Amino acid sequence: MHVPDGFLDAPTSIATGVVAAAGIGLALRGARRELDDRTAPMVGLVAAFVFAAQMVNFPVGAGTSGHLLGGALAAVLVGPWSAVLCLSTVLLVQALLMADGGITALGTNVTLMGIVGVGAGYLVFVAVRAVLPRRPAMVVPAAAVGAFVSVPAAAAVFTLLFAVGGQASVGIGDVAVAMLGWHTVIGLGEAAVTALVVSAVVATRPDLVHGARPLLAASTLEIRRPGAPAGAEVAG
Amino acid sequence: MGAGHGRPGGGLTLHHAGASRVHRAPAHLKVLALLAFMLLVVAIPGDAGWAPEAYGVAAALVVATVLVARVPLLFVLRRMVVEIPFVVFALLVPFVAHGPRTTLPVLGLEVSAPGLAEAGHLLATGTIGVAAALTLAATTTARDLLAGLARLRVPALLLEIMGFMLRYAEVVTGEWSRMLVALRSRGCEPRSPRHWPALGRALGALFVRSYERGERVHLAMLSRGYVGARPAREGAP
Repeated sequence: MHVPDGFLDAPTSIATGVVAAAGIGLALRGARRELDDRTAPMVGLVAAFVFAAQMVNFPVGAGTSGHLLGGALAAVLVGPWSAVLCLSTVLLVQALLMADGGITALGTNVTLMGIVGVGAGYLVFVAVRAVLPRRPAMVVPAAAVGAFVSVPAAAAVFTLLFAVGGQASVGIGDVAVAMLGWHTVIGLGEAAVTALVVSAVVATRPDLVHGARPLLAASTLEIRRPGAPAGAEVAG
Repeated sequence: MGAGHGRPGGGLTLHHAGASRVHRAPAHLKVLALLAFMLLVVAIPGDAGWAPEAYGVAAALVVATVLVARVPLLFVLRRMVVEIPFVVFALLVPFVAHGPRTTLPVLGLEVSAPGLAEAGHLLATGTIGVAAALTLAATTTARDLLAGLARLRVPALLLEIMGFMLRYAEVVTGEWSRMLVALRSRGCEPRSPRHWPALGRALGALFVRSYERGERVHLAMLSRGYVGARPAREGAP
């Protein structure tokens, strides 16, 4: 759910707007390093993919359904800088052309879902990947843990913002319990979907998974001739 | 399937074609006006005695803009459903907020008095925000919006990414809906958790297809002389 207008007071909204602008600025530079002149079409297409993936609803019980946020998923698939740009672009388009998320809350939404969601998801992913065996298949559990943490992490930062600039006299403890409890459940769904998608991509095109690149053994071209003993390689 | 190619954003955005004064106004002014207007609305102190009148004036301004733009009110109203989850939250606030209790005249329920005022404030700003943003979306094409944002000094690379996203969002979502039709025709029920693995594989395939499409688009751009920045479109500001 996107933060709407009037939820946080104006100073908090402006402060998160500055954070969001700085984060996007850094991400633009980082993505240029990752992708060079491929940045615009590649990030644009992956943003379109995130946009489509967010339309996939999955039931979370009690008649409500949640959808993928995709921060951790995008970070694992295309790298953290590009993922920040993807999520921010999707949020910008949703706020300006689809009235989803208030325009004064745009900075808050980009900070929460674009920067905190992607950042926390990717950092946890890298940490978990470092302790697991160095095999491409281990990207899947690492991505799941990253996705699981990314959702409550964004909710925790929202709770902090609410404590600073909230526009309702709801006890901050109540907000924290409700936000973290609910988003832990959503995080489980996020983790399941992220793991399924990442495992599908790792199985078919592991070279496309940014988070799996350090684990891929350098593969050499191998020409096998029918009739030759198995494993016999032809030089050149 | 090519519907989205010509018009960035095509049928996904909420544009309502027209030639009114609001439609023709420069997009950067509309975005700035929306931002300034919403900052003012958010700054209305919810507990002030004149707050209801201020919200009334703001709402009347939005309705007036919609009328001047000749966008049917029903068009805007129908799309305000995006607000529903937030309305549910606002309605809960009086029950969980602190402060002196007060009794609702109609239902006889005990609720928090400041919570009631805050719920009103949240509902008013949220509703005005959604209606105002819908007015911008209904009267501005994606292309005009991108040109307007360029005037507001939004980084060119970010705008180029936005342009690509809008241009291909409909292609990618169209591809996804065709994949869903294929899944359903094989007996998959996407809403059931039992079929999540199939859904996950399909989404993975959608990512690979989107990524590869991005690579093809990039190569096509290179073959047409792309050197890292899109040339200015003829006739565009």
